This record gives sequence, C-alpha cells and structure tokens, in this order.
Amino acid sequence: MYPFTFIKAPTESAALAAGAQGGKYIAGGTTLVDLMRETVERPGKVVDITALPYREIESGPSALRVGALVRMADLAAHPVVRSRFPVISQALELSASAQLRNMATIGGNIMQRPRCLYFRDVTAACNRRAPGTGCAAIGGENRGHAVLGTSDQCVATHPSDLAVALVALDAVVLLRSRDGDRRIPVAEFIRRPGTTPDKEHDLRPGELIVGIEVPGGAHTARSGYLKVRDRQSYEFALASAAVALDIRDGVIRDARVAVGGVATVPWRLSDVERLLIGKAPGAELWAAASAHAADGAKPLHGNGFKVELAKRTVERQLASIGGAA
Amino acid sequence: MTDMATGTPLSRVDGLLKVTGGADYAADHNPPGLLHAVLVTSTVSRATITGIDTAKARALPGVADVITDFGGVKLPFPAGEISFFGQPVAIALAGTLQQAQHAASVVAVRVTEKPAVTSMDDRQAIAVPSEEVADYARGDADAALKAGPIVLDNSFTVARENHNPMELPATVAQWSGDELTVWDKTQWVQGTGKHIAAALDVPESSVRVICPFIGGAFGSAGRTWPHQVLAAYAARRVKRPVKLVLTRKQMYSGVGYRPESRQRLALAAGADGRITGIVHELKTETARYEAYSEDAAELPKMLYTSPNVRSTYRLVPVDVSAGTFMRGPGFVTGAFALESTLDELAERVDIDPVELRLRNVADRNQITGTPFTQERFADCLRRGAEAFGWARRRPPKARREGNLLIGMGMASAAHPNYMSAASAVARINADGTAVVASATADMGPGTATAMSQLAADGLGLPVAKVRAMLGDSTLPTAPMHAGSATLASIGSAVHTASVAVRDAVVRMAVLDPASPLYQADPATVTVHNGVMSAPGHGSERYGDVLRRHGKDSIDSTQTWKPGDGKKASSYEFGAVFAEVSVDIRLGLVRIRRMRGVYDIGRVVNPKLAHSQAIGGLVGGIGMALLESTARDHRDGRIVNANMADYLVPVHADVPDLEAEFLDGADTASTPIGVKGAAELVIIGVPAAIANAVYNATGVRVRDLPITLDKLL
Repeated sequence: MYPFTFIKAPTESAALAAGAQGGKYIAGGTTLVDLMRETVERPGKVVDITALPYREIESGPSALRVGALVRMADLAAHPVVRSRFPVISQALELSASAQLRNMATIGGNIMQRPRCLYFRDVTAACNRRAPGTGCAAIGGENRGHAVLGTSDQCVATHPSDLAVALVALDAVVLLRSRDGDRRIPVAEFIRRPGTTPDKEHDLRPGELIVGIEVPGGAHTARSGYLKVRDRQSYEFALASAAVALDIRDGVIRDARVAVGGVATVPWRLSDVERLLIGKAPGAELWAAASAHAADGAKPLHGNGFKVELAKRTVERQLASIGGAA
Repeated sequence: MTDMATGTPLSRVDGLLKVTGGADYAADHNPPGLLHAVLVTSTVSRATITGIDTAKARALPGVADVITDFGGVKLPFPAGEISFFGQPVAIALAGTLQQAQHAASVVAVRVTEKPAVTSMDDRQAIAVPSEEVADYARGDADAALKAGPIVLDNSFTVARENHNPMELPATVAQWSGDELTVWDKTQWVQGTGKHIAAALDVPESSVRVICPFIGGAFGSAGRTWPHQVLAAYAARRVKRPVKLVLTRKQMYSGVGYRPESRQRLALAAGADGRITGIVHELKTETARYEAYSEDAAELPKMLYTSPNVRSTYRLVPVDVSAGTFMRGPGFVTGAFALESTLDELAERVDIDPVELRLRNVADRNQITGTPFTQERFADCLRRGAEAFGWARRRPPKARREGNLLIGMGMASAAHPNYMSAASAVARINADGTAVVASATADMGPGTATAMSQLAADGLGLPVAKVRAMLGDSTLPTAPMHAGSATLASIGSAVHTASVAVRDAVVRMAVLDPASPLYQADPATVTVHNGVMSAPGHGSERYGDVLRRHGKDSIDSTQTWKPGDGKKASSYEFGAVFAEVSVDIRLGLVRIRRMRGVYDIGRVVNPKLAHSQAIGGLVGGIGMALLESTARDHRDGRIVNANMADYLVPVHADVPDLEAEFLDGADTASTPIGVKGAAELVIIGVPAAIANAVYNATGVRVRDLPITLDKLL
C-alpha cells in the first residue's frame, strides 16, 4: 500500500471540497482498500464520507430513492424493495458475502472496479489500470471475461449484480459536486471500455454519488435476478439475468431484461425486450427471445461457453418470472 | 476399566483457546525489536538476475534493510537465477508491516529473460522417469487389453490445486548469540529445525522450532520452504528478530501445490465384470530444480484383483515452483481415473457399481501379495450402499425434479496405513496430574486431544488430569505430521510411554513395604482415577508412593516402532457415496448429500474423526467441482492467486455430509488398534461425484474440476 493521507469529512461541503482537490472518496471500503493493498489504486488522499447523510430509503408513488450510503444489506432487506423491487433485493443478496454486504454501500457498489485477474495484478499488462500497456486478458486466462461490449483494449467483466438490476429498471444516478447536481442513467454512467478503458464512469473530478433513483411500475413488482456461478455463494457471476415483466390479460405489456457477468457493462437486451412486448408469455416465446441474448457476442478462447450460457440464463429467468406455461 | 477416554467424543482440548484467540499461532509472536520482512518475488518464470535496485526502498521511512544477495544460505534453486514465477529474490525489512510491504513493492528487479516452458502440455516439455516411482508390471496387461472382451481406454486430467489453509505460512526467527528460536507454521518442528540448520550451516542443536498450533495446512507445511530459511537468514543478517508472513498470493508459489496430472487408464474385463488387465500411464508436472513424485500409481496396481497390470509414471519438469503433497496426495488422483473407469465398466457389463467392486475386491495386497492386517473393504462397500440408500439409484438421466437431474455415484477409497518410529514422554506428577509430550504437530485432526485420551487410558487417569504437549523440537522425536501417520505412530508411542510409567509406579508400590500393594503381583494391579489397587490388597494413589520416595514426578520416554510389514499389509479402506443435482440447462452441479463409510481401525475420538472425514469430503468436493490454479503459460503467472478467484467450497456447497466408521480395532497394525484417516477420507470423493454427475446427466467428465461449461 502506498502512503496516503486520510480525512473524515464532517459535512457534505467539506467532502466536496476535499474531492475537488483530488481526494478519493471512501465509504464501506470493501473495494478501495483491497485495490490499495494490491497497489492497483494509489490515492494520495482518502476522504471518508460515512458521516454524510445519504442513508435514506424513500419509496414514493412512482420511484424508489436510495441514498448512496445505504448498506447493501439494508437495501436488500427493506420491505418495500422486497415487495415492489424484488430484482434489486435478489441481486444484492446474491452479491459478495454477508460480511461484505453489511459494510458495502450502494454508491460504492456501482463504482466497483472489474474483477479482471490482470487488472488486479500490477505486474501484468492492463490498459484499464495503466493505459497503453496492452490487455493481458485477451490472449490469456479469460474464462471469466466478457463476450459483449468488449474492445481490443479491454474485455473485463463488470462485476456488480446490483447494476444489472438498475440498468434493467432504467435507474438514475444522482450526482453532486460544487458545480451543482446531475442526473445520469446508470446505463450511461457506467461506460464501455472502447479506446479509453480507464474511463469507467461518467464522473467528473470531485463529483460524489449521493443516491440512485429507480422508477417503479407494474413490471418492477414482477421481477427477479438469476445468478449463475460455479460456486453456490460468494462468487462473481459467470452469467446473470435481471428480468422484470408487466403481464396483464395474458399479454406482456412491458419487459426489462439485462444480463451481467458476460459484458463489460451491465448489458440491457432491448432486442429481447422488443420480442417479448405484446406477446403472450410461454416457453416458446422465452426460447425465441432469449436466442438473441448474446447477439453480437465476441467470445475469446476461454469464455465461448458464455454465449450459450447467457441465452440459457435469460431463458430460465424469463420462465421463472413470466411463467413456464 | 469401563470409563475409557478412548472412544469418547471429547471436544478438542485446545478448542476454547482457539475460539477465544488464546492460541498463539506463529505470526502472533512479536519479540521485542521485531522487524517485519516482506518478500520481493520474480515476475518472470526463467531469467538471470542482472541487478536489483533497492535505493528507493531503502530511502523509505522505517526500512532497516533490503537483502538481495542471499549469500551463505542454501536454497533449492540456483542463486542469481530465476527458476519460476514468484521466486523470492529480495527481502524488505522494516519496523512495521506496512513499511515493509511498501518497500518491497518499490524494489526493481532487472533480469535477462530466457525462454520458459511452464505447461506440462507444451511440446518442449519432456517427460522423464520418476526416480521414486518405478515402472511396474505383472502379467501382460497390453495382451489383456487386446483380448478384451470389454475394453475401456480413457484419458483423465486433474488441474493443479493449492492448499489454501486459513493460516498463512508464517515464520518468526530470533537469534540469541548462536542460538536460534523459530516460531513457525510447520507440520514438523524437528524437520524444519534440521532444514534451517543445514541451510544456514549451523549445528542442528542450536535451532529450536516451536509450533503448538496450526491453522490448517493440508500438507503445505510439511517440508521446509525457502521463506522459513530466509526469515532465519534475514534475522541473522540484521541481528534482530524477524517476522515473515507470506501473502495469500505468495502462498500459491511458495508452499507447493497438488501437481497437474495427465493419466491414461485402460482396463480390460470379462462380461462378468472381473478385471483382467489394467494399463495406467501417468504424468505429473514438476519443477526443473526439484523432482516431486506422488503415489498416484499405487491404487490401480493394488486395489483390485487383476492378473495383468502395467503402470508407468513420468515427471514433466517445467519452469515452475516445486509441488508437494496435498491431502490424499497421488491416491486421490489415481483413484479418480480408476474409480471413474470402474463406473464405466459397471455400465458396460450391466452390473451394479457396488457389486462390480465386490467382485474384484482383493483379499491381499495385489502388489506385495501379502494379506491385509485386517480387510473390511467389502464391509465398507456393503454398509455404505445400505446406509446411503443406494438401491434407489436409477439408470442415467432417469431422475428429474423440475430443472434438475438427480444422480447417485460411488467410489472406493483405500490408503496405506503409514506408520513411523515415534517417541513420547509420559510423566506422572505427585499431585495426580500427568503430562504426555512429543515433538509432533496438530494441523487440525486433534492430535493433542487424542494424545490426552490415549495417555489417560494408559495411565489410569481421568482425561482432565492429563495435559498433552506438542509442537516443540526439544520434545521427544516425532516424524512429520503427515500421511495420516500421526495417530498410529505418535498414539502408539504415547500409549507405550504411558503404560511404561504407570508400570514403573506400580513396581515402586509392590516393592515398597509401606504400600498397601506391597508384594502384590504387578500384573493384577489396576489403576483407576490415579488409584492403584489389586485383589486382596488395599489401594493407594500414584502420589502416595511417589511422595514416600521423595519424588515430585516420574517419567518415561519410549520409542515405538512399527513392524516391518513383510507378513501383512496394513491398509485403510472406505467407500464414498454421493448424490448430486445438475441443472439440465445451466450445467450447475450441486451436492445434495454424501456419505463415507470407513475402516480406520479403532476410533479414538468419534467427534474429531467425524470432523476429519467431513473435512475430507469438503476437500474432495472442491477438487471435483471447483479447485483449479489458473496459470497464464505465456509467462507462467498464476492469475487466480486469491480466495475470491480460486474457488474452494463455501457452506452453501456442502449441505448434508455424513461419515461413519466400522467398529473394531486393527491391533495387528498398532498396539492401540488405530489406522490413519486423513488421506482416506478424500480419496474416492472426486470419482464418486463424477460418477454421480454421469448418473444424473449421461455425460462423463474426465477432467477435474467439473465446471458448468463442461456440461452445457
């Protein structure tokens, strides 16, 4: 770990000022401290924001609003989230371990850096960590890497389960800086690697996540998250699917489908959704729609199985949420 | 005596210390003036070191030294060269761990790289004979394969695995003049003392190694590794105590691994399921600088009656760190190929897998021709089948519950009952307590607890009055705590010493006119709760006679030696059964339940033996479904060297595990009737799971681990 200074910001304005001077925000610390230990992150100044007030979960008539400092465990257990946004509860509870969920915050969750084995090893080539050094994963061990949204610069999988659910539900990130507030859809906030894999988020210097907002509706109540992984617990997804369906009178009125574990960002499947909307739910529809779940996939030598796995994961979750009949 | 301590489910005698933080592990020692050492390790697999820049590190606050030359210390790999990725090349020493870590991270190692080969499958990797495992043949196995009528001929692979115990490798070394004290994580305090003495060229007698507690090891702390030597070396260089703890990442190249293996197993049989020939060709990876062979060839040669067997073992030296034994070393690898093949044979000849094994069970060791000291292999198979409900097994793909296919599989397990000469001292104190001690170790099975129980019965004392000591090289000589040999060996020594010291006090009493036992026949004297008595005589306590003789205590050190094994072969047997579910579309394999039935002779402590067996099943689940050390053979880097990416089973992966032990004792093997358990309980597990996966899905996976991509 490189030496750093540590301050605990007593107020929002103090935090924003420290952030504007290049301070790195820390809340639960479950990602940042790990990365600092591996010397992947070498911040000169760390700003503890846990004294700030963003700890509310507000469920309004049309949206759920979650403070950035809400713990993963608390959001997952919230009764309104459980009943009206089960996909969020499930994504959270299938993440990490109970100990980590008790520490990690919602803001930190969507700021997670990738679990690429080369990204986390400072002796390996990695364009995301050290731009211009190359990508060791493309020709290396890439069983866990992405098949969608990749570039010739980076193929790291986005690690967050929660973010997959948020992208499926068109959630918005609430940002604040000394220049004012911004609202950015999570789907735009988390960026594809392209030619600048080091630019992971649409986050301006010193800007702070203060919360997220998730629009609710009939579909969010009928939603769920499926995570497929080698180990039953405490592992990142090989493939996952967030599905939300509004089915009335035997017709799918609204459909939200996103996959995780297979893409460089939480991957919304708009084509699959279009195939679902207006149709009657059933096994044949699930199969036909999910056949497009990995359209455009570019498998590497170690992760070709993810193409089929993504389709099957989506199919299973459509059947689970929409009914197999 | 009816209230024997042996056979009771006593809780660990050191359990309270362990769960309350009172047990001091190696890294818990902080002698005054301590420096923290952090290794700088190589980031290439083969190179010549041309220079190491330490100026930046040395200038950092708190840094005491950065050692780069390793002069005057013997290491297993050549000096000035890099022989594997992750090799120690420098040591940063500082006042705090964080300072030392930071210093190590800014040391720059300059090298001239050489072409490296790290994969045993590389065309440039050349297989060579093992010096430890000779080629073997009986009859003409290749002719048997030609004759058939049933022939199976398949290849099996097992991924490299790392041990991943909770406790990281750690050494604290402190010199006092020419005397060295080492608080270490080791399965063999005396072996480590010898190794360090030789590596630093100091007398063996000047090195004391202490390790009373081990936070798991699974074989990784058996031999002595470079970091242990380097900690002592650094302490001598800087003239201060030094603590060196490997990081989890460094552990992957620092303390060995189960080598990756390639096997061909070909088997011929008659339509009646009787095996007529076995050809086993085996290869494992090894370091170029050091050959490591393991007993993966043994079971295919030994376990079943086959008149014709041919077996070869080759090592493939590559530019990697040295391998070492990991629970069930070799046997679990060979058993995976053998027991998977038996399952295939069962289907081909349409005979139940348990019945097939019963038809081929041997009544004697098929390599040596000697009978077994006790042979209850068939009993394990029958009892296991009954207890597990094996009769409910259906043909492949026949059981479905929703999206899950359900299958059952089984496999045999066997392991030699290794035993070594071992010494122990037993001491009876006049206050009615006793101490028993040996320089053995306890990496988790509960050695200290079992020693207390055996000593209590040998001494005629309640177990609460007996204290067991271990993990100090100054105690009586013990072999390495490995190979499932500890309880049979150390336990026999403890028993012998305890009986000897009890007899010594009894003799004192019967020869003492002041004793109520005067002139009693010593053979008729019994001891209960520390009270000696004999028919027709009175009774008195140990302490009474000791005090009359002016003694605070009396002790006896005894060495127990196993027989030469020429007349009979001492073996442990078992059978393991598994039920799995496999998601029909997603390929996910989950264990539903498992049961192992074992013959390990007398069970000294059923509670600890059960835990031992459950641990073996869990390790086997890891090997079968999850564990694989991922390497990038472009540069030899281990890429998943952490506990998030190297997967071991978590609680959710191990639902319903049961183990049972056949009653009885094998007194032909040891005076206490004990045989080993630790290796046996993992040996059949991967094969049983692979067979269950086949029964569920009809897909035969011959490459471990069985991950979902192999079943999509």
